[in-house]
Amino acid sequence: MKLIVPIKQVPETSNVKMDPETGTMVRSGVEQIINPLDLYAIEAAIRLKEKFGGEIITLTMGPPSADKALREAIAMGCDRGILLSHKDFAGADTWSTSYVLAKAIEKIGDYDVIFCGERATDGDTGQVGPGIASWLKIPFLTYVSGIDQTNQETMTVERNVEAGYQILKIQKPCLFTVVKEINFPRLPTLKGKKKARDIEIPTWTPQNIDVDPENLGLNGSPTRVVKISKPKVSREGEKLMPESDQEIEDSVGKLIEYFEKLEII
Amino acid sequence: MEYENVWILGEQNNDEIDVVSFELLKRGRELADKLNVDLIALMPGYGLESEQLEELIHYGADKVISVDHKMLSDFLVDPHINVVTSLVNKYKPEIVIASATTTGRSVAPAVAINCHAGLTADCTGLDIDDETGNLIQTRPAIGGNILATIKTPNHRPQMATVRPHSNQPLTPDNNRTGEIIREKVEGELLKTRIKQVDFKPIDEEGGNIQDAEIVVAGGKGCSKEENFEMIEKLAELLDGAVGASREAVDLGWISYPHQVGLSGKTVSPKLYVAAGISGAVQHLAGIKTAENIVTINNDPEAQIFSVADFSIQADMFQILPLLIEKLEKRKQSKAQN
Repeated sequence: MKLIVPIKQVPETSNVKMDPETGTMVRSGVEQIINPLDLYAIEAAIRLKEKFGGEIITLTMGPPSADKALREAIAMGCDRGILLSHKDFAGADTWSTSYVLAKAIEKIGDYDVIFCGERATDGDTGQVGPGIASWLKIPFLTYVSGIDQTNQETMTVERNVEAGYQILKIQKPCLFTVVKEINFPRLPTLKGKKKARDIEIPTWTPQNIDVDPENLGLNGSPTRVVKISKPKVSREGEKLMPESDQEIEDSVGKLIEYFEKLEII
Repeated sequence: MEYENVWILGEQNNDEIDVVSFELLKRGRELADKLNVDLIALMPGYGLESEQLEELIHYGADKVISVDHKMLSDFLVDPHINVVTSLVNKYKPEIVIASATTTGRSVAPAVAINCHAGLTADCTGLDIDDETGNLIQTRPAIGGNILATIKTPNHRPQMATVRPHSNQPLTPDNNRTGEIIREKVEGELLKTRIKQVDFKPIDEEGGNIQDAEIVVAGGKGCSKEENFEMIEKLAELLDGAVGASREAVDLGWISYPHQVGLSGKTVSPKLYVAAGISGAVQHLAGIKTAENIVTINNDPEAQIFSVADFSIQADMFQILPLLIEKLEKRKQSKAQN
């Protein structure tokens, strides 16, 4: 089976610092990592390969330094990586990003399943996976939480929706975006790390793939970010700081009064 | 002008119109009024009665485009996308807004590719630029650390998804009238490469935090799985649902459907109680629309205090058992009276 995992390199945002003056992110010293939700897609591909054999190709679009993310994916168990990097790709929104990734996947060709993360933790749109499938005109499912069966022609998977789990049978080739529930991603092995260090990662530019230059980068993107600001989330609330047992007791009494005021008890 | 009117993408849930459709109508109404155009609800589904479709008009739509077919009863991705794409191409709406549900998040990106439209995910604010008439879309990004304002200057339609339950619907006006257009679809559009073979509903108590009036959530401060039972007990006493921070889910104390926040669910209950949750921006992004927030946390630096309406800065292991005890006594004495 030929499995494809498009990934994204993102800033490690769990401890992100914002510049209070400009409202922009402080980028210096922020580590670049594989989008944490992509790890589940990589793991899903590795498990499928372990069962049926084949090859896993990971690809990313980004600056030359994004090759680090591809090497991390290879250290986990992907076979090879492709970096899509060129100034003409820069500034792409999800429409243009999914176009370029789809064109690269078309060039790889002859694939069975494409696994994507549910969304990236920086842009947080979840639009690129469905976008790639739409460009490739293949069926896709979002929020896939389990893989039940894989046959020659079809796969049966679970899809986590608001009211429960749809069990769906989908024709291959197809694309999935997967959620955390699907698996527990493995850590890179020593052997994997060695392979990742030594492997050559080709860089593809617009010349390598059959793309319409009109659809690339910022110019090819229908959407434009026109302003960045700092969100305001603050309320003026009552705050109690009880210390003694009596104060603790009183604060609980006040909390119950608060519940009564809301008419919930 | 070629592209005109504001559309919302309605959703069906079993035999009913999903409430997210009515929520979208409120957002759509504001935009349509500013642009002085019609608000149209596109309603793909199966077996909805005329009276149900009229509800969309009562909630703010000027017209409804109904597409009724058995192939649209379960969400099978392909037919929904094909139907919406073909109708967008036929009617050319200027703006299309969808809910950021699992359905909307699947349909909207595909339609955006098919129609060469700009799409902005998870908008918290939608407005119209007075000068250009362009849609102004505001959304949080980078873990809720920034708010980005996004426009789609040269492509139509301008598409956006909006977080479900991030606003209330308008009060329905039963005197409003409007046209219901019934679109017939057939053949290629209804073909699907995906079939539903089964459906497993989620156990009630965990699955419904988005619809719950009261949510009691626990975080890392619970220290271990056994202590999470206090959260569950308090939720039970308040007739609420159980929520959790990402840390609590990652530690395996509770399952993912309970996770509140940017990578979990957005909730807008009447009351949100956060115990032992420090309030990372990602978590705060998921509770911003809660009406009232109560927090119990012993870390004076915890960010959650900045969004709370009522806070107790103390050890949750001192507060919660006492609170539970008092609420239980109250319940018993009420039962006796």
